[in-house]
Amino acid sequence: MITFWTLAPLMVISALGLLFVRKAVHAALCLAVVMISLAVLYAALDAPFLFAVQIIVYTGAIMMLFLFVLMLVGVDTEDAVKETIGGQRWIAVVLGLAFGITLVLAIGQTVAGAVIGLNAANGNGNPYGLAELLFGKYVLAFEFTSALLITAAVGAMVLAHKERLDSRPTQADRAAQRMRDYAATGRHPGNPPTPGVFARHNAVDTPALLPDGTAVDHSISPSIVARGQVRDGYDDDIVTLKRQLDGDDSDDSLGGEK
Amino acid sequence: MTEYLSLSLILFTIGAVGVLVRRNAIVVFMCIELMLNATNLAFVSFSRQTGNLDGQVAAFFVMVVAAAEVVVGLAIIVSIYRTRRSISVDDASLLKS
Amino acid sequence: MFDAGSASMFDLQWLLIAVPLVSGLGLLVWGKESDAFGHLIATVASTFSFVFGLVLFLSLVGSDAEDRSRTSTLFTWIDAGRFHVDMSFTFDQLSGLFVLLITGVGTLIHVYSIGYMAHDERRRRFFAYLNIFIAAMLTLVLAADYLVLFLGWEGVGLASYLLIGFWQHKPSAAAAAKKAFVVNRVGDIGMALAIMLMFAQFGTSSIDAVNTSVVGASGSVATALGLLLLLGACGKSAQVPLQSWLLDAMEGPTPVSALIHAATMVTAGVYLVVRSSGIYDASEAARTAVIIVGLVTLLTGAWIGCAKDDIKKALAGSTMSQIGYMMLAAGLGPAGYAFAVFHLITHGFFKANMFLGAGSVMHGMDDDVDMRHYGALRTAMPITFVTFGLGYLAIIGFPGTAGFFSKDRIIEAAFGDSFWVGMGALIGAGVTAFYMTRLMMMTFFGPKRWLEDVEPHESPKVMTIPLIVLGAMSVLAGALIISDFIPEWLEPVVGSEEHHELGIPVWLMTLIITLTAAAGVAVAVWLYRREIAQDAPADSEVSFFARAGRNELYGNQLNDAVVVRPTRHLTRFLVWLDVKGVDGFVTGLADRLGDTSQFLRKPQTGYVRSYAATLFGGALLVVLALLAVTLA
Repeated sequence: MITFWTLAPLMVISALGLLFVRKAVHAALCLAVVMISLAVLYAALDAPFLFAVQIIVYTGAIMMLFLFVLMLVGVDTEDAVKETIGGQRWIAVVLGLAFGITLVLAIGQTVAGAVIGLNAANGNGNPYGLAELLFGKYVLAFEFTSALLITAAVGAMVLAHKERLDSRPTQADRAAQRMRDYAATGRHPGNPPTPGVFARHNAVDTPALLPDGTAVDHSISPSIVARGQVRDGYDDDIVTLKRQLDGDDSDDSLGGEK
Repeated sequence: MTEYLSLSLILFTIGAVGVLVRRNAIVVFMCIELMLNATNLAFVSFSRQTGNLDGQVAAFFVMVVAAAEVVVGLAIIVSIYRTRRSISVDDASLLKS
Repeated sequence: MFDAGSASMFDLQWLLIAVPLVSGLGLLVWGKESDAFGHLIATVASTFSFVFGLVLFLSLVGSDAEDRSRTSTLFTWIDAGRFHVDMSFTFDQLSGLFVLLITGVGTLIHVYSIGYMAHDERRRRFFAYLNIFIAAMLTLVLAADYLVLFLGWEGVGLASYLLIGFWQHKPSAAAAAKKAFVVNRVGDIGMALAIMLMFAQFGTSSIDAVNTSVVGASGSVATALGLLLLLGACGKSAQVPLQSWLLDAMEGPTPVSALIHAATMVTAGVYLVVRSSGIYDASEAARTAVIIVGLVTLLTGAWIGCAKDDIKKALAGSTMSQIGYMMLAAGLGPAGYAFAVFHLITHGFFKANMFLGAGSVMHGMDDDVDMRHYGALRTAMPITFVTFGLGYLAIIGFPGTAGFFSKDRIIEAAFGDSFWVGMGALIGAGVTAFYMTRLMMMTFFGPKRWLEDVEPHESPKVMTIPLIVLGAMSVLAGALIISDFIPEWLEPVVGSEEHHELGIPVWLMTLIITLTAAAGVAVAVWLYRREIAQDAPADSEVSFFARAGRNELYGNQLNDAVVVRPTRHLTRFLVWLDVKGVDGFVTGLADRLGDTSQFLRKPQTGYVRSYAATLFGGALLVVLALLAVTLA
């Protein structure tokens, strides 16, 4: 009881978090909380085997799978707050409330009788009882499920496999492509400057500067650009430097002949 | 008993609403997983009420199938991401009239 | 040869119709090849009908009085359930007279037209139309069934349209033809309704059957039939209120005016009334209506004839008026039928004569119809003058001429019916004398008012010979009445009645009528003996009577206001209704359908999430249904 009343609000709040959080990683974490709480509830409901399986399979395997794919796809991907389909949120809320209330009210009408409890069924231990059923009454379903697992594994491999259709470009190919790009678009064939070259700082989020002071766009890793974490604000530094080079010593000098 | 069932139903509803509201395909998937978990909870509660373990066996099978489904589903999402560079479910709107 | 027992000869009476019909249609189909001799073929066809008709007529004369109605049935025309109509023709005393009139005057006019239309390149077509007219008119008078009569009725309407609008290139002619057809159509409604009523009431439209059964039917049926047939007659005979087409019909060539609009077609209405004597005898109200129509028309026509300077239009007004006399007589019942027919025949001669004479005058005056440009033509065109004069004497009722006898009897019978009707007829006679004398004075007497370059000359023989023949008939036909031939002859058909005692001796009546006519002549001679202006004075300078007469008593304006404008408004309204209402409804239906489909396509957003929402909603419904089933 205590278990239930402690965990239930936590689970509901986490589930609502799954609805409302913006970053996908946070949603995954909310789900993990729900799953672990569920495992504990299983334990409270006299299902120790399922308690273990829930943690191992669900939280351990499935949530890990989710997180791996999230990493692949883009950990930072965010849902925009604005809803694209008109009225969808309202419909969802209304339907959800209707559904929920209908079902919750229905339970009061349908479920009746005392709780029998699993003490008899768990007489030889919960795994024993489960094994009896699994390899007895439900053996056919068991076999089909195993076939399903194999199929799923094979399917996943097929889907995720990327077949290279042409040969891998060699270094010579890549050099030739660079020359062609230069001829076509004027793109510099050489290496881009690393971040921070000729700049005041050489951090990875500091763009390299060209001799006339403009920042080089492609000297910063695209993921940093995508995150909007490029350091800027060099204008002050550049202005000061220019003044120094022009020999304007009227304001604060940085040392020099005078 | 009813409290477990109510919790199960609430979780299920929240998962369903999440499927409707979220746009990130992976988050939608997670909501589906939430729904499956909620039904598992119901199964286990009923198993305790009726006193036989069929409910737990059912929950077990649900878990297995959910695992298989997640595997294939995520593989699909990765495959789509590779071609389309986006995982918003709104992008698959070719049936628009 | 005139053996009354040869029923076989009367079985061939359909030849009277068939020969001109085949000739007419054949000439139309034969085409340009027959241009050189087409008119001769047509004239021969018309002559055949006249000769054969004469043979049949004389055969009737030779038969006994009871045996003089010979019906021949050709075939069953319509056999549809209860409705049975035979194509049958009756050659009896009445139709025989008409056959002679139609074919006789018709043949003379065919001959006249050879000369009159000599320079027209569509002459062959003209003769074909004339033949078709003869055939249709003969169908009308020979019919033994009202529906067959209606067939001929429509046929003469068609021929009239074709002939009035013969000079198609003239918009005025085309318009006049259309007007004639349309106004006739209004009358035809009455005719058609009458036939329908006959069928509904008696189950047949055979003339004999209807006229005998109508006595047993209710008075209102007889009145309805009488009035409906009167409506038809008004249309065809140009009686008020359907008189507006006759003056416009003068756009057609003069032979057409002579044949159709003087002698024959316009008398079809009178024929109809006389033929339906059974119906009119059974209904006092219908007879009264006929009398009123006749009286009003004879005065109207006379009024109009006084004010027209166009010689043909003046004669047309006169025709309208004379037919009014015939209608008046026909409305008097058995006392007047015979006189109506008699006046019809004599009028056929002298009016056709005068129209042909007018044609001759026009021919000599370069086709100018304005009498203000005539004058002193008696020396330039002597034969025309003499024959025209004979017709003139007949129409004013100069003692001894045919018109004298026929008109007198009518006026006497009118006085026998009612004093005021008689007075109206008498006044009409006076006015007739006035305007006809005016016409004579302006055309043949007085000083020359000719335009430049006009050299009046006598017409060729082919035109003057028919004039002579008709002029002679105008005088001699009076002999027919002296022996009381006509009333006796027609008695088996129309019945007879002792005419009422007038209270004054017959010779006194005759004297009064003659003096009235003489007064009219005197007034006209006195007014028109001097100079007449070559150009007509403007409408504002003449008296109200003259102005009204010139405008044909504003008949056209009345038609316009009462019929044409409301119909035009109705048509415009219906068009508006069609466009906005019907089209709007149909298009609107399509538009609403489009809107509905636009509305219905909204759920097809293409988004998986909205489809998921629909799924969820459906699942909710399923749950609710399950609950309802379980808990109920």
